Amino acid sequence: MLGPLAFAAPWLLLALAALPILWLILRAVPPAPIRRRFPGVALLLGLSDDDTVTDRTPWWLLLLRMLAVAAIIIGLAGPILNPRADGEAASGAPLLIVTDASWASARDWSAQVSVIDELLADASRSGRAAAILDLGDPEPPRFQAAETVRARLPGLAPSPWVPTPDRYAVAAGMLDENAVETRWISDGLDHAGRATLLEALEARGPVTVHESPRAILALRPAALSDGMVDLTALRARPGPARDITVNAHGLDPAGVPRVLATLPMTFEADAAQTTGSLSLPPELRARITRFEIAGASQAGAVTLTDDGLKRREVALIAGREEREELELLSPLHYLEQAFAPSADLIEGSLMDVLPANPDVIVLADVATLSNAEETALSEWIDAGGLLLRFAGPRVAASDVSRRQEAPLMPVRLRAGGRTVGGAMSWGDPKTLAPFPEGSPFQGLAIPGDVTVSAQVMAQPDPTLSERVIAQLGDGTPLVTRKRIGTGQVVLFHVTANAEWSTLPLSGLFVQMLERLAAASAVTPPDAAELAGTTWQPSRVLDAFGRLDDAGTRPGIPGEALLDAPLGPDLLPGLYDGPDRSVARNVIAADTTLAPATWPARIPVDGLARAPEQPLGGWLLAAALILLTADIVASLALSGRLGVGRAARTATGVALALCLGLAAPQTARAQDNDARAIEATSEVVLAHVLTRNDQVDRAARAGLRGLGRTLTFRTTVEPAEPIGVDLERDELAFYPILYWPITTDQPVPSGDAYAKLNTYLRSGGMIVFDTRDADIAGFGASSPNGARLQRLAEPLDIPPLEPVPDDHVLTRTFYLLNDFPGRHQGRDVWVEAAPPDAERIEGMPFRNLNDGVTPVVIGGNDWASAWAVDERGNPLFSVGRGYAGERQREMAYRFGVNLVMHVLTGNYKSDQVHVPALLDRLGQ
Amino acid sequence: MTDAAAQALRPRAEAEAARLAPLLARADHLAGTVLLGEHGRRRAGQGDDFWQYRPVQQGDSRGMIDWRRSARSDAEFVRQREWQIAQSVMLWVDPAASMRFASDPGLPEKADRARLLALAIAVCLVRGGERVGLTGTALPPRRGQAQLSRLGLALAEDSVEDYASPDMAGLLAQGRALLVSDFMGDLDGVRHALTQAADRGVRGVVYQVLDPAEEAFPYRGRTVFESMGGTLTHETLKAGDLRDRYLARLAERKDALVSLCNATGWRYGLHHTGDSAQSALLWLYRALDQGAR
Repeated sequence: MLGPLAFAAPWLLLALAALPILWLILRAVPPAPIRRRFPGVALLLGLSDDDTVTDRTPWWLLLLRMLAVAAIIIGLAGPILNPRADGEAASGAPLLIVTDASWASARDWSAQVSVIDELLADASRSGRAAAILDLGDPEPPRFQAAETVRARLPGLAPSPWVPTPDRYAVAAGMLDENAVETRWISDGLDHAGRATLLEALEARGPVTVHESPRAILALRPAALSDGMVDLTALRARPGPARDITVNAHGLDPAGVPRVLATLPMTFEADAAQTTGSLSLPPELRARITRFEIAGASQAGAVTLTDDGLKRREVALIAGREEREELELLSPLHYLEQAFAPSADLIEGSLMDVLPANPDVIVLADVATLSNAEETALSEWIDAGGLLLRFAGPRVAASDVSRRQEAPLMPVRLRAGGRTVGGAMSWGDPKTLAPFPEGSPFQGLAIPGDVTVSAQVMAQPDPTLSERVIAQLGDGTPLVTRKRIGTGQVVLFHVTANAEWSTLPLSGLFVQMLERLAAASAVTPPDAAELAGTTWQPSRVLDAFGRLDDAGTRPGIPGEALLDAPLGPDLLPGLYDGPDRSVARNVIAADTTLAPATWPARIPVDGLARAPEQPLGGWLLAAALILLTADIVASLALSGRLGVGRAARTATGVALALCLGLAAPQTARAQDNDARAIEATSEVVLAHVLTRNDQVDRAARAGLRGLGRTLTFRTTVEPAEPIGVDLERDELAFYPILYWPITTDQPVPSGDAYAKLNTYLRSGGMIVFDTRDADIAGFGASSPNGARLQRLAEPLDIPPLEPVPDDHVLTRTFYLLNDFPGRHQGRDVWVEAAPPDAERIEGMPFRNLNDGVTPVVIGGNDWASAWAVDERGNPLFSVGRGYAGERQREMAYRFGVNLVMHVLTGNYKSDQVHVPALLDRLGQ
Repeated sequence: MTDAAAQALRPRAEAEAARLAPLLARADHLAGTVLLGEHGRRRAGQGDDFWQYRPVQQGDSRGMIDWRRSARSDAEFVRQREWQIAQSVMLWVDPAASMRFASDPGLPEKADRARLLALAIAVCLVRGGERVGLTGTALPPRRGQAQLSRLGLALAEDSVEDYASPDMAGLLAQGRALLVSDFMGDLDGVRHALTQAADRGVRGVVYQVLDPAEEAFPYRGRTVFESMGGTLTHETLKAGDLRDRYLARLAERKDALVSLCNATGWRYGLHHTGDSAQSALLWLYRALDQGAR
């Protein structure tokens, strides 16, 4: 043992003594000569070496070899780092592993599991029984063979809650009286009631605690104050200053979950908590589903948001307000007062506010709506909007919902309404009757001073009774409601101001609006409010802070939702209630974190145990690397390795070693680059690969022949032609694409067509050649023609016409009348001239085709006429005798014209205007 | 010839022919690019260039007498024109083993480059109406495309000896000659050939083709240098130390060649296989051209 190092076979180290001898031997032997062929040896004859001493192996090479040999010797001696002292767990008592397995364990869970695994492995080696006590959900420990327990280890998972005193007590009660050795895997937090279990365990044997020293972070629920989102982060162990980032997660408008906002926060040194606030626009704030400390990955660092963060958007719309009247008489004043504390108000015309998708739209005394408004409103209600209408003089005077129920009115109305308790009427103003069963207002206390002196009256209908949710003492409906789709329309039969009733003046008005969920409560619900309700979990949180679907978990009674400790029955998560959702977080607003404290007598270990590490393999590998370096160095030294080649070899070896699987892609990428460079450094004619070898070879040979002709006759000197795979290759490099049509070539994919269309639009030219001399009779009569139609269908090809006599293609280099290839004289089709092209007086040509035709379609099999072999001999016969040679010559001339046309555009066409231009300049 | 020998000859001949085709094609292509620039320079005036008046000699027919010139003096003159007879150009490309050397896989062998250049210049000359042949008696100068194929075949022959000297037998008087070699062997043969040629009024170009490695001598360490045929060896313990002396000897050899050329009225050219063949061909073409005028 040398400190943390031990050797399995220490006597092997004696071999190190032989190293100096090796040094001397190696030093004495010079490197072997290289035999090298060199014609200049004739000039060397007779030259003698100045220095007769042999080149010796340089010292650094020797050192390299020595190091390699030393590494081999030491490696074979079997060095081991951190050797495990035997007999660490000598006692034969069964092993009990107690784990807190709370959310705080989640962050270091893999480390904890590996500690447990190691403990179990040790126990297995010493033949001890073992059991695991999971405090998250304690079950009586059953002692089994350690290997069996170990096999079940992957099933162990932390729970998103912390052990309660009850659970500690339950767990303590589960222990039997036998002696055990206990290893407690702590989550690092202090939990009430832990001492009871600790005492029970200590009574049965030694207890060792394993605990991660890393600080545990947590996030309290977000709160809203003055439009800012306040966040408080906690840490269990105050320590040096630390920066954290809190991410706000939510769905973006496209419905994709993403981080909507981030808030950097800093723990001051020795501070256990830090606060920060986030200012967000309401729309964005409403999208946030949870806050999370970046990188914490445990449930405590996640806090879910519920409706508490949302402020409803309420659009207030009144009938025309051309009257100049007192503020207090404004139909919207009381509504504004009622909504302002809890909701964001939007004002504007109906069609302006609808795109903002408010939660509530209030129409105060608005009678008629245009058709467009009505349709838009209906759609919005269908999608869950709440339309709140108030009656008023206009509604009463209008014909809306008179004969038949208007879609956006809950009931039919009688003409005129009624007035009670006024100066000209009998009776007193009416008071409200208690709210009926099933009404959303049920249970609200009715102040005695709320009176109604005027209202619009509902027409008695079969459906009326079920739509009434509030009525007056005499049974006339005061508030009616109708559901439409997932939304609803609610009509207050009185005005929104105090003109017709005193309702808007009372607190009941605000309560009623709240009950209608119009003014959603910003304050969290209290227990009394939740009593008797059932809440359905929709999303639940696991210990690692991940949200899962709740599946078929049972509902939770409202009383338990807020206060009951979290446990298997009450998971943290999002709970849906009748009209709102409530988030139950791991960390409550008043939770504090405290680090676990253990009595001094309990040994506390970290989670990290330096594992036993044999170093022999590493040393032998190092020796191999050194020897490889020695080979390279020796070769380089003796000149057998040119420097450039050495670099290439080294690069190659490094690539092969390091890239491994990535190599093919890299090679491909390099290949692509090489291809791009090849294609762009010179003019390159390209042909489309048809996957028919014969046709491809002919096309290639044809373009080669054309290129040769161009080289000899013109200033265009194309490089070797390139075959293009439409699916893979970039097309932009080639001025012209020759596309021979075969009946069996595959139709290119959509991507390839997109590339082709881009190519055509950006000035490329495709020459389609059906090679059957039979295109011109409108194509489809031949199989190749039909194929051409099929292939060219998705292409962005302009209207075509047979090449007119005055097309620029007939005179870009040679003056041509027809365009023979291997076949003679069928029509060739190019982009049609614009219909308004006219011959200018005195000009031989029409003024047309201000650009290059993107396609040339023909069937004369030009490639075969052009094709030559490596030596320049024609590959295919054309015609007979001299006439055939003439035809071949014409084919070449057409090819030259074609390439010239592509490369020079309408230059030649413009040339004919030169005399006219000079003429004008002369004047 | 036995059947077996005939059977063995056939594949060898085919292999040779296969080697010829690409060489001729490349030479053709190379010559094509050179001709582009000079196209039509001399074709029309061929045979019409005035050269000199000389007194009538025995054997001249009366029809050859230039009466206009003769009328101005008492003697009778014959008007000589240039290019009335085609030049004979004789090529010699070193077939020795030392030419089959390339220091880098990316470089052509010296022999390859030398043959390419010789054949390309032959193509140019044949197109210009000259007669081209090989020195020695194997292939006397002729004109026409067929001669190019024969030239290609003859050039493709390799020799096993390490270094070769030009064979100047059958040299046509007043002709032109092109000697392409690395001139690494004994210079006496070259000297003898050049003086022999100068005696017969033959002028031309000595064209030295070297590998870049032969100019740079980038070798180090303990090395045994062998000639390409393996007949000569030289062992050194420190190749790097020999570099300067080797380069001095190489320069000396070049100087010797230059002075030899100066003495005999030949032109000397140097080409490295790392350089472009096209510029070399241009230079060669001009050099032979000037020699002809």
